[in-house]
Amino acid sequence: MAAAMPLALLVLLLLGPGGWCLAEPPRDSLREELVITPLPSGDVAATFQFRTRWDSELQRKGDTDHYFLRYAVLPREVVCTENLTPWKKLLPCSSKAGLSVLLKADRLFHTSYHSQAVHIRPVCRNARCTSISWELRQTLSVVFDAFITGQGKKDWSLFRMFSRTLTEPCPLASESRVYVDITTYNQDNETLEVHPPPTTTYQDVILGARKTYAIYDLLDTAMINNSRNLNIQLKWKRPPENEAPPVPFLHAQRYVSGYGLQKGELSTLLYNTHPYRAFPVLLLDTVPWYLRLYVHTLTITSKGKENKPSYIHYQPAQDRLQPHLLEMLIQLPANSVTKVSIQFERALLKWTEYTPDPNHGFYVSPSVLSALVPSMVAAKPVDWEESPLFNSLFPVSDGSNYFVRLYTEPLLVNLPTPDFSMPYNVICLTCTVVAVCYGSFYNLLTRTFHIEEPRTGGLAKRLANLIRRARGVPPL
Amino acid sequence: MAAAGAAATDLEVARGRRAALFFAAVAIVLGLPLWWKTTETYRASLPYSQISGLNALQLRLMVPVTVVFTRESVPLDDQEKLPFTVVHEREIPLKYKMKIKCRFQKAYRRALDHEEEALSSGSVQEAEAMLDEPQEQAEGSLTVYVISEHSSLLPQDMMSYIGPKRTAVVRGIMHREAFNIIGRRIVQVAQAMSLTEDVLAAALADHLPEDKWSAEKRRPLKSSLGYEITFSLLNPDPKSHDVHWDIEGAVRRYVQPFLNALSAAGNFSVDSQILYYAMLGVNPRFDSASSSYYLDMHSLPHVINPVESRLGSSAASLYPVLNFLLYVPELAHSPLYIQDKDGAPVATNAFHSPRWGGIMVYNVDSKTYNASVLPVRVEVDMVRVMEVFLAQLRLLFGIAQPQVPPKCLLSGPKSEGLMTWELDRLLWARSVENLATATTTLTSLAQLLGKISNIVIKDDVASEVYKAVAAVQKSAEELASGHLASAFVASQEAVTSSELAFFDPSLLHLLYFPDDQKFAIYIPLFLPMAVPILLSLVKIFLETRKSWRKPEKTD
Repeated sequence: MAAAMPLALLVLLLLGPGGWCLAEPPRDSLREELVITPLPSGDVAATFQFRTRWDSELQRKGDTDHYFLRYAVLPREVVCTENLTPWKKLLPCSSKAGLSVLLKADRLFHTSYHSQAVHIRPVCRNARCTSISWELRQTLSVVFDAFITGQGKKDWSLFRMFSRTLTEPCPLASESRVYVDITTYNQDNETLEVHPPPTTTYQDVILGARKTYAIYDLLDTAMINNSRNLNIQLKWKRPPENEAPPVPFLHAQRYVSGYGLQKGELSTLLYNTHPYRAFPVLLLDTVPWYLRLYVHTLTITSKGKENKPSYIHYQPAQDRLQPHLLEMLIQLPANSVTKVSIQFERALLKWTEYTPDPNHGFYVSPSVLSALVPSMVAAKPVDWEESPLFNSLFPVSDGSNYFVRLYTEPLLVNLPTPDFSMPYNVICLTCTVVAVCYGSFYNLLTRTFHIEEPRTGGLAKRLANLIRRARGVPPL
Repeated sequence: MAAAGAAATDLEVARGRRAALFFAAVAIVLGLPLWWKTTETYRASLPYSQISGLNALQLRLMVPVTVVFTRESVPLDDQEKLPFTVVHEREIPLKYKMKIKCRFQKAYRRALDHEEEALSSGSVQEAEAMLDEPQEQAEGSLTVYVISEHSSLLPQDMMSYIGPKRTAVVRGIMHREAFNIIGRRIVQVAQAMSLTEDVLAAALADHLPEDKWSAEKRRPLKSSLGYEITFSLLNPDPKSHDVHWDIEGAVRRYVQPFLNALSAAGNFSVDSQILYYAMLGVNPRFDSASSSYYLDMHSLPHVINPVESRLGSSAASLYPVLNFLLYVPELAHSPLYIQDKDGAPVATNAFHSPRWGGIMVYNVDSKTYNASVLPVRVEVDMVRVMEVFLAQLRLLFGIAQPQVPPKCLLSGPKSEGLMTWELDRLLWARSVENLATATTTLTSLAQLLGKISNIVIKDDVASEVYKAVAAVQKSAEELASGHLASAFVASQEAVTSSELAFFDPSLLHLLYFPDDQKFAIYIPLFLPMAVPILLSLVKIFLETRKSWRKPEKTD
């Protein structure tokens, strides 16, 4: 998963209230946080999350007309600082103060993983949802390969990762915190050391696992005033064992199979590694129209048996107008692999519809998996305003399971690509054939034909006569 | 035997010649046109002659003026002649290919009873209130009331009065040449209220050759179907200033009425934003005498660019954007003043940039720092800000201060901040500008299509061109008959259709197949076919000439 993945700038318009709070917060409040998770391999994952909410009534009516709801996806975009600049402009403190100081493009794009997102959604302001606020959440996750850049050392610091340190909090933020994941190491203080020592720690159940975080609060005046800047460092006292990270309960894989340029098959593998619980998964797939899906070939098998989805919504594609939309609710049995496959035929495009480099292939958007994954540890319901941001994007409604949305990898499919000089070749060949036929025809019709008197002579005749003379037969 | 052979050969030669001639005939008569027809690009027919006719279009702008004479305004025997109509026409000298004529059609008539009554009241405002109610005047038309020379309706030293709507009052005269004298005064007033050379020159500023006044004339935004207005509060120092502004209320109270009055000229959308840490591009200078900072006039052009990258509104808009920035200087640079050419501080502490918007510097009162700790809460006085922004908005829309004739009283502005005749004047100017734009677009499209024969002209492009031409003609006709509202609508249609046609992507489809490449492709066909035909034609021609000469020689 640490492999380079294309940046997916997802503008996710989650409609429908996400949660609620009791106290009336101030207008335009900003909360920002940075979660740093050291991985056993020596990589470091850093996730920024900024939330701006404003209580202006942007949408007068509470109801959304679902007729106007659209799902759009751009399967691939080349990563570039141009993706970061407009994103940074949406932050109230831009990149002048607070956590956003760390957002330095040349470091963020030299990472092994980069994911950037913008979420806009209405949130209920009270329990009965009589009024709503709007929430703008911006998240940015990067994974630094500290092991390689640090010459074999797995220690890291803010300065080493971002080449900046934190100097002052954003004056507009009502909360500005850095969380460092110290879950497996906090029992004994012998494996690692975090510097400066955190003032408080925070414990909660995140995605079904119990986690402990060290908290650095930038608004706490003592935190920065001591040294004018805050450079959080982590030092390993004993090198960590390279244990495999725990496998998540739900993960997925997608690939395209088949040979030739006519037909193929899209397959999605859904893994449920939970030892004893089955759970349903909502699978959303959009396939471009130029892959013509054969819906009768849709097969879903798990553990060798056919698995009938409890709900299917299929909207067929229209050429050049809309893609295929396939949505299914599939029950994943405990500890199983479910394979969803569907065959398709590749369509021929018009010659102006090909992309500039058509032999590279065409990208097919990832499928989206949404699931309530059962949790091993019971979590208490989230208090919307109190809990950290990384825990409240998808709030837990009841403690026994948690919400996960997964995007599979985008696919690259080759389409039958014509030789683009073909029109020229065809014209040239046709012209030549026509010209050759025409030439002989013309010759035949316009030539003057004479009747030649047979004349003595010719090498063959002379030769024949020589032989005839030798044989004593009269010559020809 | 030899004779028979020669005869047969001759027959054969003649047949061959006929066959060759037939080949040539088929290739030229049938082959060439067939090839031409099948490889032709589709080009719908366009009204080229009408488009070139648009260039020589004569615009006649007619302003219908109703002139109402009260009882004692002119001598009695002159009153007997009423009603009648006088036309005052004048060509506006502009260095532009279109001839523009301005025509004031003055319909003289006597006052009706209720008008008499109204005009004999004590003050102009009262009279206006009484006259106002019954009739709704058409856009672009004017009504001028001529009152008696000694009427107390106007102050004694004033000869005329221009009202906030489409009415004006002119003092009459008891003179033999009364109509002539009054006519001249009426034209003066009517010009101030509708069309002057300046208004039209400003409207056509983009199409006229540059002169020294053009910078001033190019200040207003170009005519468009809609406009987007963005108010931004720039707070570069949120650590010291906690700035609040009631922009919603201010827009509702001051901007919206003005835009409602202007709504005939386009669609407007208003939005606002607060930007933190948005700095100006220049460092202000410190003036130790007044212990304040100042920006001099030369540095103002450098102020906008760094800020503009943060504004970001123009990226999401179809229409031109007008930006109004309220800049609260950081604590280290306050108070901040803008200096004019002579080094004196500008009274409003604001400036505007042509076709872009305005910037106002809002200094925080120094008293607020004394008592409290940072950040200081600052409530922006929106009345002061909006006064400046509305004045800039008027300028940027090209609603200049009217040029009032001497001894003329101008009424106070209406509550919307826009007089009805000012709107009319804007519509006149915008109609003329739209017509000029549409004509230019159509002409260059026609030129382009004429020059490049490879461009496909689809039927829908052609229909847009026809629509645009018809709309230009309709608009010109409506202008000539004095129907301003419909003329303006038609001129907008003309611009929309002409731009749609000009920017249609289908025009680009075959642009990358130049003629020389096409012929290179066809050479394998043309060369082997043409060479035998041409050679045999040459041979036949030479033989025929020889056979014609022979008999001559024997004779």
